[in-house]
Amino acid sequence: MSSPTTPLPSAVRPPARAAGGEQHTTRGPEPELITGAEAVVRTLELLGVTDVFGLPGGAILPVYDPLLSAEKLRHILVRHEQGAGHAAEGYAAASGRVGVAIATSGPGATNLVTAIADAYMDSVPMLAITGQVFSTLMGTDAFQEADIVGITMPITKHSFLVKQAADIPTAIASAYHIASTGRPGPVLVDITKDAQQETAPFVWPVKLDLPGYRPIAKVHGKQVQAAAQLLAAAKRPVLYVGGGVVRSRASEELLAVADLTGAPVVTTLMARGAFPDSHPSNLGMPGMHGTVPAVLALQESDLLVSVGARFDDRVTGKASLFAPDAKVVHIDIDPAEIGKIRTAEVPIVGDAKEVLTDLAAAFRDLGAQPAQPYAEWWERLRGLQQQYPLGYTPTTDGLLSPQHVITRIGEISGPEAVYASGVGQHQMWAAQFIKYERPGSWLNSGGAGTMGYAVPAAMGAKVSQPDRVVWAIDGDGCFQMTNQELATCVINDIPIKVAVINNSSLGMVRQWQTLFYDGRYSNTHLNTGHGSARVPDFVKLADAYGALGIRVEREDQVDDAIRLALETNDRPVVIDFVVSADAMVWPMVPQGVSNSGVQYARDHAPSWDDEAPDAGVDPDFLLPAPQGGTEELGAEER
Amino acid sequence: MSRHVLSLLVEDKPGLLTRVAGLFARRGFNIESLAVGSSEVQGLSRITVVVDVEELPLEQVTKQLNKLINVIKIVELEAEQSVLHEHVLVKVKVDAATRPQVLEIVELFRAQVVDVTPEALVIELVAGVQRTAGLLKMLEQYGIRELAQSGLLAMGRGPKSITERIPRS
Repeated sequence: MSSPTTPLPSAVRPPARAAGGEQHTTRGPEPELITGAEAVVRTLELLGVTDVFGLPGGAILPVYDPLLSAEKLRHILVRHEQGAGHAAEGYAAASGRVGVAIATSGPGATNLVTAIADAYMDSVPMLAITGQVFSTLMGTDAFQEADIVGITMPITKHSFLVKQAADIPTAIASAYHIASTGRPGPVLVDITKDAQQETAPFVWPVKLDLPGYRPIAKVHGKQVQAAAQLLAAAKRPVLYVGGGVVRSRASEELLAVADLTGAPVVTTLMARGAFPDSHPSNLGMPGMHGTVPAVLALQESDLLVSVGARFDDRVTGKASLFAPDAKVVHIDIDPAEIGKIRTAEVPIVGDAKEVLTDLAAAFRDLGAQPAQPYAEWWERLRGLQQQYPLGYTPTTDGLLSPQHVITRIGEISGPEAVYASGVGQHQMWAAQFIKYERPGSWLNSGGAGTMGYAVPAAMGAKVSQPDRVVWAIDGDGCFQMTNQELATCVINDIPIKVAVINNSSLGMVRQWQTLFYDGRYSNTHLNTGHGSARVPDFVKLADAYGALGIRVEREDQVDDAIRLALETNDRPVVIDFVVSADAMVWPMVPQGVSNSGVQYARDHAPSWDDEAPDAGVDPDFLLPAPQGGTEELGAEER
Repeated sequence: MSRHVLSLLVEDKPGLLTRVAGLFARRGFNIESLAVGSSEVQGLSRITVVVDVEELPLEQVTKQLNKLINVIKIVELEAEQSVLHEHVLVKVKVDAATRPQVLEIVELFRAQVVDVTPEALVIELVAGVQRTAGLLKMLEQYGIRELAQSGLLAMGRGPKSITERIPRS
């Protein structure tokens, strides 16, 4: 496993110390004259990078020559640059190390764009290196020219355009430092072909000159004390835990605060695994498809302690109606997140790991604790848990329940495995029905919602965690976007397991069409599943790639297929789980309404004590008032 | 909406202006004017930007700008404690009859005539926005042929400098 934080090679320490003349090379006083391309490879090696994902092309060709003979750097040749990008993300998200992707100029670089945007939204430490046309040709619409620095400006933490060989080590070391510190994110280094070809003295370590970059803020002690006092005084607190806890590797510190205070915990989609699901304080995931207890805990809370979460619209529902009685303690390493959506009574800028440590100490210092903290609150929440446990209705068409399949994958594979998902219904079910016990075990595209994330991300995760079982829980739609990376997995001996939750449709869109468009299924049928033309046949496709393909259509085949997949480690496995297209993701808070409008199942909303059942529902919204009626919406549901 | 004047100290790097301008556009903030030039520290430029936002979004603007790696420092300059000037060049149509009237206006606004031809005058004024707006309003009736403005430049009054405590290379 990885160390708690990304180990920072001494070369990327702040300039004051790096300038101290630490010797990392034994090359003597005369710097060696090497090409820019060689400098790229050597810099990556000196930074401790061991794996890169990429695909060569004209403008990055010089770099690929020294890559061939690199001893400490493994290059994995992908089949599409988007695959390289997501693989780098999966590599980073599973291990906490920086993921690296390499592509050529123009279309190679633009193919990375989706993955870069994805990494930006989910704060994934990623380094993208792209070739650029000769500096003399830039701006002339040269062959395979694209202004990738300009294109990615809104979706990178920072970017560098390098036109001289001598600047390469500093640019890459700076990019690596920026990507992996503070709020992590993707950084792009675009290198012209002439810079790769010309020679320059290779100087290491380099001096980082980033006067405008101050990622670590000193935690404000008074604010932490104020937060501890609010926690002690609160009647209905909730620890609202986001992906920042995973990135900061602050799970132990979170556990300490949760145990010390006895406050309930909700883990957002990005934070699944940050706090053990087996812990009695864990209410599960909040948000649009969160558990009823988690959604209502936030909504009814009088104190939200937000840790590394950003009040995303999928969590808050209609933000103006979100948690109306709650004071907010907002802990985030990025000051711009605080107050962006919701004003915080107590803002705390800092690394989650550090702040949580301080918060535990401050809370302990307050002394007296009631024997049964927040007793009434827990009574309410336990009641909700009993009344509204996570569950699903069995299918009526004789096809598999996707929830059952995903539950069994989680139960049989266990919490030490890594689960990467695509985007849609299967993603929500994988977030709901797999029990996560450790950070880094759940990888998904949360902010960007990128279909096609699962297979390459699982591939990247398997490269960084070769001893773990790595599942891609994918949909039939998502799988068709990036399944070409099965070739990469087969050729490079990266035996991932892919569970295609095949409902023959773009399931989440179909669910919305069922609920909000009168069951008019416009362009959501994919013809991959039961009773369809099966284009493509996923078992044959797996076979064509040299992976093991299995089709599962009956419930009694599910466990055996999963076990066979777990036993097969000489090649990737693809299981085509033929599931019902009518299964829906519940609970659900319809878009644009208050979280009080959470529906446990279709036309079945929780009781709100004395509150009006339609509280906060936008009158323009097409959904019937969330009460226990029997009104049918989509006649064609079955 | 209210006007705010921000002074940004930034590293003089290629693409910097795109980063700053792009951020404003992306986050939906309106730029009223923007002026860029070198500062007294080598390698650092100073951007003066006038934004039209409420207090709360302004905090978002500065926080987001601060996240740009090449932005070193941001200061909001309050009108009372700052010199806020812009530079205006305006070409006005004149003839023998109107020239004396225009010259009188130039005099009144303490502006300067920097180019003269029988048909036109080019007038220059460096002043606060109220005076420049007043001049332009008075000149309108004669026919403004061409207008170029610098955008607001701003500096705090008194002995302090915004580059204090910034390491000079």
